Amino acid sequence: MVKVTVDGIDVDVPPGSNVLQACEAAGKEVPRFCYHERLSVAGNCRMCLVEIEKAPPKPFASCAYPVNEGMVVHTDTPMVKKARAGVMEFLLINHPLDCPICDQGGECDLQDQAVGYGRDGSRYTEAKRAVKDKDLGPLVKTVMTRCIQCTRCIRFSAEIAGTPELGATARGESMEVGTYVQMALTSELSGNLIDICPVGALTSKPYAFVARPWELKKTDSVDVLDAVGTNIRVDARGPEVLRILPRLNEDVNEEWLADKSRFSVDGLKRRRLDSVWVKRDGKLVKSGWEDAFEAIDARLKGVAGERIGAIAGDLCDAESMLALKDLMSALGSANTDCRQDGAALDGTRREFYTFNTSIAGIEAADAILLVGCNPRREAPLINARVLKRWRTGGLKVASVGPVADLTYPVEAIGEGPAVLAGLLDGSHPFASVLKAAKHPMVIVGQGALRRADGAAVLASAWKLAETVGALGAEWHGFNVLHTAAARVGGLDLGFLPGAGGKNVAAMMGGGVDVLWLLGTDEIDTTKIGADTFVIYQGHHGDAGAARADVILPGAAYTEKNGTYVNTEGRVQRGQLAIYPPGEAREDWKILRAFSGWLGKPLPYDSIEALRDRLETVNPVFARLDILPRFGCADVAGPAGGEMSPVAFEPAVANYYQTDVISRASPTMAECTATYVAPLKAAAE
Amino acid sequence: MTEHAEPASFAFDAESEAKITKVMAKYPAGKQASAVLPLLDFAQRQMGRVTGSAWVPKVAMDEIARRLEMAPIRVYEVATFYFMFNMAPVGKYHLQLCTTTPCWLRGSDDVVAACRKATGIKGWKETSEDGLFTMTEVECVGACVNAPILQVNDDFFEDMDAESTEKLLAALRRGEYPTPGSVTGRQTSAPEGGATTLTTLNFPAE
Ligand code: SF4
Ligand code: FES
Ligand code: FES
Repeated sequence: MVKVTVDGIDVDVPPGSNVLQACEAAGKEVPRFCYHERLSVAGNCRMCLVEIEKAPPKPFASCAYPVNEGMVVHTDTPMVKKARAGVMEFLLINHPLDCPICDQGGECDLQDQAVGYGRDGSRYTEAKRAVKDKDLGPLVKTVMTRCIQCTRCIRFSAEIAGTPELGATARGESMEVGTYVQMALTSELSGNLIDICPVGALTSKPYAFVARPWELKKTDSVDVLDAVGTNIRVDARGPEVLRILPRLNEDVNEEWLADKSRFSVDGLKRRRLDSVWVKRDGKLVKSGWEDAFEAIDARLKGVAGERIGAIAGDLCDAESMLALKDLMSALGSANTDCRQDGAALDGTRREFYTFNTSIAGIEAADAILLVGCNPRREAPLINARVLKRWRTGGLKVASVGPVADLTYPVEAIGEGPAVLAGLLDGSHPFASVLKAAKHPMVIVGQGALRRADGAAVLASAWKLAETVGALGAEWHGFNVLHTAAARVGGLDLGFLPGAGGKNVAAMMGGGVDVLWLLGTDEIDTTKIGADTFVIYQGHHGDAGAARADVILPGAAYTEKNGTYVNTEGRVQRGQLAIYPPGEAREDWKILRAFSGWLGKPLPYDSIEALRDRLETVNPVFARLDILPRFGCADVAGPAGGEMSPVAFEPAVANYYQTDVISRASPTMAECTATYVAPLKAAAE
Repeated sequence: MTEHAEPASFAFDAESEAKITKVMAKYPAGKQASAVLPLLDFAQRQMGRVTGSAWVPKVAMDEIARRLEMAPIRVYEVATFYFMFNMAPVGKYHLQLCTTTPCWLRGSDDVVAACRKATGIKGWKETSEDGLFTMTEVECVGACVNAPILQVNDDFFEDMDAESTEKLLAALRRGEYPTPGSVTGRQTSAPEGGATTLTTLNFPAE
């Protein structure tokens, strides 16, 4: 540790720290624009000036100056104040005075720091420079005259997103930040540019002129549009969610948020199910809750338990899945399944279906094998972690499955399971890379499991992890990457076929007479038997509702208190930000109410009681937010079988539209038109 | 980017390739991006040689990015930073007029006016209608002793005035290429009218 004195306060900071970090350790605020903890140091804005004793008598840019033993720093001398005021005055020379019409207003670093560190007026009377705006695609809006050329966006796109498309072209007075050639940013993380831009140069296009930050009610929650479990903040005004921002969680998303999760919010207002519908004479009619319950009750009369089934969808909270499972047991049915895509997930041991290395654990890996997995599309933030690790050097990545650009070099070693055999018997050269690695990882994607031989692929991947030494006492290198936020929770609470129960495929084609769909929209509804009575409980009018005989309007994730388990197995809670629209209700309450109607009341009347029941079903639900790191205690793998030679298919064909919310979002439709349609056209 | 027609493709020709091979040998593997400046230069010269207009089209920058394994934007940044890379087509003779203080004090305004008169070009970075000339205002080119300077492509024409400028442009128009250097005939940057010092020294023969 290095001893530094800042304004008379002694602090110890790790060697290699910069002076700005030392000032922060001493609790001193240092203004900055270009410096960002997660990006390389540029040192070009000069806002972070401090004075250092026994150094040349000039102000120093603290973010770009390393600490020395015994260094004495001052952040509040007249020289520092004057120097910062001077820098601010220069920055404002070319910055427009358009705060009243700027979307950054109220959360602008330049605004705040001008008040805190600037002069009270301008002495500049000459003409200001103007810069042409750039078109960066459907998500990021630019007002480039406001750019202060801090280059944060340039460094972010190269270092964090791995898509180096932004740059600073020309120089001096003519320097501009942009892509130089007209193009839409291709990153799935582009929304973060809006957050890191310290001024209003990069703002949200869909959110333009929608609200001021001080009008918004902020609720901490968890994202459900992929299985990462990104920590988010939901900003609402009145009955409307207006935007979603990331919240800091070093172990999960750091401070980033993927574009689908950020920009699908307009899908929360569209195609909503806000009233109860019951089919009468072949037509859905708007009805009351009681009519619906009566209709279901009537249909259930005399139906044996094994002729009733339930399928849980991708966005469900654990509470509602448990309530539905309990309701099914009360009806005498063991036909429950949460794997609507038919993935061969093995629920017998938790290690078989979670991302055991943990997201933060990726930073220790030195070799990664992707099996039927495209993390860039399936979990952009996990991909960003791999890139982060790759940038520190010494990481080798290979992929079995469709070839894709993951933003870091990946060795494509084959398309299908055949390669796994070669890796298992050691004949494939990448097997020795994995074996030589200290911390190897095998990541199995849903593309590898969603097939007839999925169980065999899962078993081989586990076996491979064992063979290459990925299953150690201190290191667990076997990982399943999920795409659905509900999946791990569903598996944890056993939303799987019980003894003699039917799975999704068996429930299709008349396998059951009554089918309860809880937000289930990714199954092929045409396969449901013609005489099967379908109850759809959910929040969007999509595939499931279109086939339903009764529609029970539920709550979207922003409208309920719910527990979600991410792909790592991390239990997190989302919170209600606004109330569900119209007649819609929180899902567990709907199920509880119906059980009461049936005369088989579920044994919980409050969310607390339901959560107690969750903990009884599986103690992991008591372990909120914490994810203990663990090694592998038992190397016995899941049951396998014969693998087919057919190549793996991508699990996510279009990143921007994967669920009912993103499919209802006009912004995501625009992204699809911008990014996915041209690729499809080119492929044809 | 400025508005202009871009060629559909670009490939280095044999002459450029020979130069590239030589330059690339200087950089160790993994550091080949260091060759971006010379490659941009080769591209611009090749364009001049082949099309008569020495500039760097976007497709050429993309080709350089591909060869040096850089992101295209990194090449755009470098190319636009340096004033000597032309990001839009220029005339066969690129008239680069120095108007920085020493040249200006020595009459660069006259040289500029003479160029405008002879070529009909109104602004900066514009090309004459016949496609022969482009006028660009440049900062000090480092030859102030013989100010004012008119740089044509790679060559300096020094000690210019209105008359010598007119003559020079007329010659270029005729397809001649006068010898670069001082137009008043002085030797490099030696004093005008011959030597003024060391004139009386008489060295004995060795
Ligand atoms: S656009 Fe924003 S982040 Fe990018 S350089 Fe300008 S001020 Fe910085
Ligand atoms: S924050 Fe230190 S120079 Fe910008
Ligand atoms: S000022 Fe013209 S060459 Fe220096």
